[in-house]
Amino acid sequence: MKEIFRAAMVIARRDFTAIIYSKAFIFFLLGPFFPVLVGIAAGNLGGQIAREAAQPVVGLAMVQSDSERLLKARETLALNMGESYFTQMKIVGDPARVGAKNPQDYLKKKEDNLSVVVTGSLEDPIVTGTKRAVERESAGIELLAAYAQNPSAMKLPEAKADFVAETANNDKQLRTVTAQGGQILVFFLTMLLAGMVLSNLVEEKSNKIIEILAASIPMESVFLGKLFAMLGMALLGIFVWTAVGGIGLQVAQGIPNFPTPAVGWPIFITLCFTYFIMAYLMLGALFLGIGAMAATVREVQTISMPVTMAQLINFFFASYALTKTGQPVEQFAAIFPFSSPFAMIGRAALEPNLWHHAVAIVGQILFAILLLRLGVVLFKRNVMKSGNAGRIKDAGKRKLFGLITVRG
Amino acid sequence: MYAIEAQGLVKQFDGFRAVDGVNLKVPMGSIFGVLGPNGAGKTTMLRTLLGIIDPDEGVRTLLGSDRPITQSRNVGYLPEERGLYQSMRAVDTIAFMGALRGLSLKEGKEKGRALLEEAGLGYAADRQIRQLSKGMAQTVQLMGTIVHDPKLIVLDEPFSGLDALNQAKLEKMIRAQAAKGVTVIFSTHVIAHAERLCERIAIIAKGKISFDGLVSEARDRLRPQVHLETETLDGVWRKALPADTRAEGNWWHFTLPESGVEPLLTALVEGKAGIKSLSIERPGLHDAFVAIAGESVAAEMDEPVAGETL
Repeated sequence: MKEIFRAAMVIARRDFTAIIYSKAFIFFLLGPFFPVLVGIAAGNLGGQIAREAAQPVVGLAMVQSDSERLLKARETLALNMGESYFTQMKIVGDPARVGAKNPQDYLKKKEDNLSVVVTGSLEDPIVTGTKRAVERESAGIELLAAYAQNPSAMKLPEAKADFVAETANNDKQLRTVTAQGGQILVFFLTMLLAGMVLSNLVEEKSNKIIEILAASIPMESVFLGKLFAMLGMALLGIFVWTAVGGIGLQVAQGIPNFPTPAVGWPIFITLCFTYFIMAYLMLGALFLGIGAMAATVREVQTISMPVTMAQLINFFFASYALTKTGQPVEQFAAIFPFSSPFAMIGRAALEPNLWHHAVAIVGQILFAILLLRLGVVLFKRNVMKSGNAGRIKDAGKRKLFGLITVRG
Repeated sequence: MYAIEAQGLVKQFDGFRAVDGVNLKVPMGSIFGVLGPNGAGKTTMLRTLLGIIDPDEGVRTLLGSDRPITQSRNVGYLPEERGLYQSMRAVDTIAFMGALRGLSLKEGKEKGRALLEEAGLGYAADRQIRQLSKGMAQTVQLMGTIVHDPKLIVLDEPFSGLDALNQAKLEKMIRAQAAKGVTVIFSTHVIAHAERLCERIAIIAKGKISFDGLVSEARDRLRPQVHLETETLDGVWRKALPADTRAEGNWWHFTLPESGVEPLLTALVEGKAGIKSLSIERPGLHDAFVAIAGESVAAEMDEPVAGETL
């Protein structure tokens, strides 16, 4: 065991040094900032479009006094309830000739951008519009009409604020947000790095170093060394991203206020970090196994795509299970090795029990070791063929990923 | 003790027996050649012996251990498919290969520089592999194979891709290692290399070992050839010539009889054959190889592969 780790460290040191001295490492470090920048740009653009897009308006086609009282009621209540609570309103048509025009005619005028038109009276308002628009606006209009009829009867008392951090009512809902944040972060990091491990092994196969490695040290050390190297690079990346992100948030004064997870922040962060390592080790070991099976870069690319998609489904499964705490689907997500790290991050956010995590981590370590061993066996079985080995008897046939026989 | 012992070794790929029941014994301190045409199973056999791949059947021990990887520190291996990290410096490459075999990086670098100096490549120690010629890169890999002072060196087609000068350097290095008591095993499809260097050889074809022993034993499988030139063409002396004698004018070619050359000489002199010349030629390894492995296999040998200089 000591020799396996010693040799793994030789590989890890070589790979780590080679990676951080390569130009590609700069792109790796910059990589996560691109989606952030694109997100910010897209958000700003979306906001701009939303601001510039015509907002819906409620058209008032009642007698002038009713329309004005309704407008006044909106103005008053918006002070208490917020401007966004009520849709903008405007008087349409000639108040002196109420009923001369069909409400549908007002809705056809594009420049007014009316969502609904209110006719009738304050006591008996009629809201005309599409079903969806009417359902959305009716309650607000009813409230305003009631207030407009007798403002004094609906005097709103001012409530005194008495803030608490959390309540039992919204704890789970808010913590789910924390869990989702942790899951997304770990998922993207894992996918990014596992893919890089695969590329690294394929490169080694194509430059024919692999035979020297296989002859010198146990293949477990080769695989483990590669995983460690990428992990080291990931930790360096996380350090840089956290530092830059922290500075960015300080500058923007926008530190997000995530709800405190059930296990507390320090343990939650430690567990997220641990589950990231576990998810990465399992997926990395799986990708190394794939790399071991594939004879060419093309084969690797072909098979890594469905594996990536499967991992995506796995992630969605774990996210779905978040809302089903304690139910069989969530328990399965916590036990199934590939979804376990994500599901357990969810548990860490929602439940204070810690022993679950100890069991899950041990299970995940064992599964990663199993995958690694499987990768080594497949490698020895499928990769180190030379000369005519395997070609004479099955002339004209090829083995796809060493498993499926195909002609040609 | 044997450096390598194999008994009934079998390795199959998709039903094809690349190594088919190999029995082999390589004595410690010898230079051992594995001879066979391309695709004979040499590489697969070496990989199986070294533990890079596991045999499907049979047992093998490497320096006394049935888990070859545990002897990694005592073994140096140069694979047939040469591969190096292109962006690594020459000296770092040697140190890295040494580190894989248990040497510290510091010591590896020191020894790497010394080996490169010795090979006349000291000036290239800090150059990246991609900046070296193919021959220089191959030399660097060879240095990496011996940097940790192994007890056993396994070289798979080491002469492949080398020019005549570098082939001579490699032969010198192999002899130097053997002189230190290191066991050297190399595979080749060029009989001349094996004949010059090896004490013992194994001949492999279609995954099977057809001969394993001393080079002299292989040669001794054939009787020496006698080439006789006489002044006369006929006489009583002709009765003394063996049955397989082939005549070419005044020349007579035949296999040296079991009884030796002396009774024949007596008969020639007494019969007044008029001996103009007589030579006894010991068969070369090539002839022995043809006799052991068969004409068809021999025809595949000694054919230089693309890019190879003989």
